[in-house]
Amino acid sequence: MVPLSWYLVLSAIVFVLGMLGFLMRRNIIIMFLSVELMLNGVNISLVAFSHYMQDLRGQVLVFMIIAVAAAEAAIGLAIIVALFRNKPTVHVDEMSELRG
Amino acid sequence: MQYPDLGPIMPEIAFIAAALVVLMLELVIKRKEAIGFLAIIGIAVAMFYMKGSFGATFQSASNPQEFMFVSDGYSAFFKVIFFVNLFMSILISLKYLKIEDSLKGEYFSLLMLSTSGMMIMASSGDLIVLYLGLELMAMSTYILAGFMRNNTRSNEAAIKYFLLGAFSSAILLYGVSILYGLTGTTNIYRLAGLVAAEDVHSSPALLLSVVMIIVAFGYKVAAAPFHMWAPDVYEGAPTSVTAFMSVGPKAAGFAVMGRVFLISLSSYKVEWTTILIPVAILTMAVGNIVAIAQTNIKRMLAYSSIAHAGYAMLGIIAGTRMGLAAMMNYLLVYAFMNVGAFAIVIMLRSNVVKGDELSDYQGLAKSNPLAAALMLVFMFSLTGIPPTGGFMGKFYIFMSIIDAGYIWLAVVSVVFSAISAYFYLRIVVLMYMKDQEKVPELSLSPALSLSLIISFVMVIAMGILPSAFIDVARVVSLIL
Repeated sequence: MVPLSWYLVLSAIVFVLGMLGFLMRRNIIIMFLSVELMLNGVNISLVAFSHYMQDLRGQVLVFMIIAVAAAEAAIGLAIIVALFRNKPTVHVDEMSELRG
Repeated sequence: MQYPDLGPIMPEIAFIAAALVVLMLELVIKRKEAIGFLAIIGIAVAMFYMKGSFGATFQSASNPQEFMFVSDGYSAFFKVIFFVNLFMSILISLKYLKIEDSLKGEYFSLLMLSTSGMMIMASSGDLIVLYLGLELMAMSTYILAGFMRNNTRSNEAAIKYFLLGAFSSAILLYGVSILYGLTGTTNIYRLAGLVAAEDVHSSPALLLSVVMIIVAFGYKVAAAPFHMWAPDVYEGAPTSVTAFMSVGPKAAGFAVMGRVFLISLSSYKVEWTTILIPVAILTMAVGNIVAIAQTNIKRMLAYSSIAHAGYAMLGIIAGTRMGLAAMMNYLLVYAFMNVGAFAIVIMLRSNVVKGDELSDYQGLAKSNPLAAALMLVFMFSLTGIPPTGGFMGKFYIFMSIIDAGYIWLAVVSVVFSAISAYFYLRIVVLMYMKDQEKVPELSLSPALSLSLIISFVMVIAMGILPSAFIDVARVVSLIL
């Protein structure tokens, strides 16, 4: 049987990759994909814990996360499309109308 | 299988149903103001169900002591704050959205769904429910921030809010998954006993999980150093939405912080206060000092809302019932004074003037003495000058933190509070002591006037009769 720690290491790697992608890439779509990667990292660790402890709570939370992520994708892409209609760019550095 | 008792969750069910009815009626009703009125009826219905809703529901099958959803005095107090915030936001948005040409029925439905997310957060007895409420609140607010969809600034605000919001909830979830791995539960009340166990308590993973949870909640309440999104989003979003989201999500964030830190992690208090104290000081410093340099009033109020998050956080750091009650009282008065100030900002928005630059306030006292006087009261209250509610709110917060033994922290906060007088009173100076360049045309409406009257009366009432409010807060914070 694969030990728990392997799954946790995998989950940490996926999560950190997503985090780095979010912080380093400047394309909105890629940044958004990186957030999804972070959520999947969380899902791996939750399922691993859930299986290891024989407790269903973690898997319930994973289903909730998947459902919420789908809704989030719909909203996020809608916002990106709304922006793209007014200003044809998907680059965060070009969004500088608000000083920040 | 036993059917769960729906009594405690009835206010949320009724409110979400009302939000969906409002969404449907938008198709048939042409006068959009009427839809705003329907949303207010929805609030009344939810308030009606709240009266008899105390209790806990959605019992765990394995452990009869565990509940997913808790409706107690603590959550009821926060729900009142959310309803006040929603009611006032609806009143101030009617005329404003018409001027901006984005008065659509979905607006009210989204406000209601966001508020129901906050209600679920305040009542959550389990981290899963907390997460779902948080996402319901956040996603509705992302759309609201971008509601003026032909306006690039509004789009930009929505994108920034969305990306950082999604990022912060991923961090929250990783913290929750570590907590789950350590203890085997996500129930807020059951975690309390499990975290206290020696092997969990000394584990470095617990510290990592707590840090991640603090980062995520810090994003939600706009605490420094996680505040970077707030000024941009507050400036770009429609002003009525800015008013709504500078109070609601913040109060909801503090509601869950109170429950998670003071119940689940109560045995870990030494560690999380060590992290929260620098965060609170930095939040007050950034909010109050950077606000001085702002020339746009929406940006200035954004930094002021960051600073107020720092004050409210002191109530959690105190970690006592008194501190929690002071925080709740402070958030209630903040709802009134902040929405009141935004109502004046909205009043200055007319067809010709944008009204969100500080220079637009020059000489307002001559052309419209009543509006200037109301703004004066709200600015005094935000600064914390008696006899306004803002003073009593800060007074109770500082008293609770001194009682908890952090005298130096109270001194630091008072110093920052004194700095804040500079930028709040600058508006008063502009209104009363500068000559007018152009006479602004105010966009008044009965609904806006009503919201101004309510916030004025409440700000003064909470300053003159503070014990009436703090006593209620003290009684309902009994959960601890």
